[in-house]
Amino acid sequence: MSGQIFVMDQQVVCPGDLLAEGDFEIPWSPYIYKESNRYYASVVGVVDVKNGTFTVVPLKGSKYWPRVGDTVLGMVEDIELYGWTVDIRAPYPAYLPASSLLNRPVTAGEDLRRYLDVGDYIVAKVEVFDRTTNPILAVRGSDTGKVTDGTVVSISPSKTSRLIGRNRSLLNTLMSMTGCHLMVYPNGMIHMRCPSSAQEEAIKGAISLIEIEQESRISDLTEKVRRFIASKLGETNVSSSAEA
Amino acid sequence: MLAAQQRPRLIDERGLRTDGRRPDELRPIRIELGVLKNADGSAIFEMGNTKVIAAVYGPKEMHPRHMALPDRTVLRVRYHMTPFSTDERKNPAPSRREIELSKVIREALESAILTELFPRATIDVFMEVLQADAGTRLVSLMAASMALADAGIPMRDLIAGVAVGKADEVLVLDLNEAEDMWGGADMPIAMMPSLNKVVLFQLNGTMTPEELRQALELAKKGIAEIYQLEKKAIKEKFVEVS
Repeated sequence: MSGQIFVMDQQVVCPGDLLAEGDFEIPWSPYIYKESNRYYASVVGVVDVKNGTFTVVPLKGSKYWPRVGDTVLGMVEDIELYGWTVDIRAPYPAYLPASSLLNRPVTAGEDLRRYLDVGDYIVAKVEVFDRTTNPILAVRGSDTGKVTDGTVVSISPSKTSRLIGRNRSLLNTLMSMTGCHLMVYPNGMIHMRCPSSAQEEAIKGAISLIEIEQESRISDLTEKVRRFIASKLGETNVSSSAEA
Repeated sequence: MLAAQQRPRLIDERGLRTDGRRPDELRPIRIELGVLKNADGSAIFEMGNTKVIAAVYGPKEMHPRHMALPDRTVLRVRYHMTPFSTDERKNPAPSRREIELSKVIREALESAILTELFPRATIDVFMEVLQADAGTRLVSLMAASMALADAGIPMRDLIAGVAVGKADEVLVLDLNEAEDMWGGADMPIAMMPSLNKVVLFQLNGTMTPEELRQALELAKKGIAEIYQLEKKAIKEKFVEVS
């Protein structure tokens, strides 16, 4: 690994901006484009420079790029003979085999609508995905399965890292201020369980605030969201967040 | 209206053009991203009186399925002039010229977008010319390029382009309507500036080899200027506040 990095940490880059020259061992990313020994950014994003390597975190993008092993939340789009087509906000439709959810082989002619209907939400892992096949989902482990309670909202997949914040700072602020439980999935879907609808509305407002947010620094965003929630729910909940 | 006019003097005695520009001067440029709510990405690009809005959808599943390509994204591009974009109403049906320009713009975009990242999928690009005053193909192409950046679609570089022509035997940058109509040559050229690659190159009229060389240099200078404005327009949306 040798070469020169031309960008600073947290710098905003455009497509075509020269990031580095030389030979770097960086994981494959659709957001970095290499020509001969020059590395260019391929999207509008923020550069993370760490320990002599770099990554580009996109600031734009309404599509999720599936990664094997990711746990995603999707909506059932269609029911097929032996499984479901699930919208996971990727350029490709995902397929969930019924045997994976039911943990047994499916008998021919079985009505799968009884287990998952069109419009239902499902949490599943991306089991298989590459250039030639559409993503195949699997229900494995306790944190996956049909979503039976709470509310599902969405944000641009490129904004999920901002919603979570550095070391989960923004997400923890949101949860401690409202008492809601939030699960953020990498495809931009958010599952929340709130004590009441007032908190739910506050979270929804905060999420749309993050969605239209243009600032590139997360610390400022956390402060903005903190003020927003405080104005919505009153100051009583703010003190509890100070301890958290 | 213009057709009925007599051929005007394109360069006056002070060496200035009909709109008061120097021969190597660009028209004023305004770029705005994210102007449409429903599209995945959008942009308005204005260059003088030429005004184009572009919208991008995708990458998404390709329908009909048999049209999809196994190794890359299919780009569907539509360049269209609105009926009110010209001084006399333009028939909104796609003309021969619009179909051809759609193809030329598609090929330019195909060389910029990393199409191999999304096999079997499709990206739709729509461009509407709101106001036409020469150079609509390049302004459309640049609007599309900005809309693609707004949509977060990976590409090799932003596209910047400008036309160089001959007005009264003088090489001029960024033609306006009068120079386009009465001038001796019109050469639109678009590039990916940081990779130094040409994505669109056409020439109407005649130029000597020496004129062509000079025209290329002039175009490169204009493109570098536009490229900086494009980057500024994108980065302005993400100001760091301290």
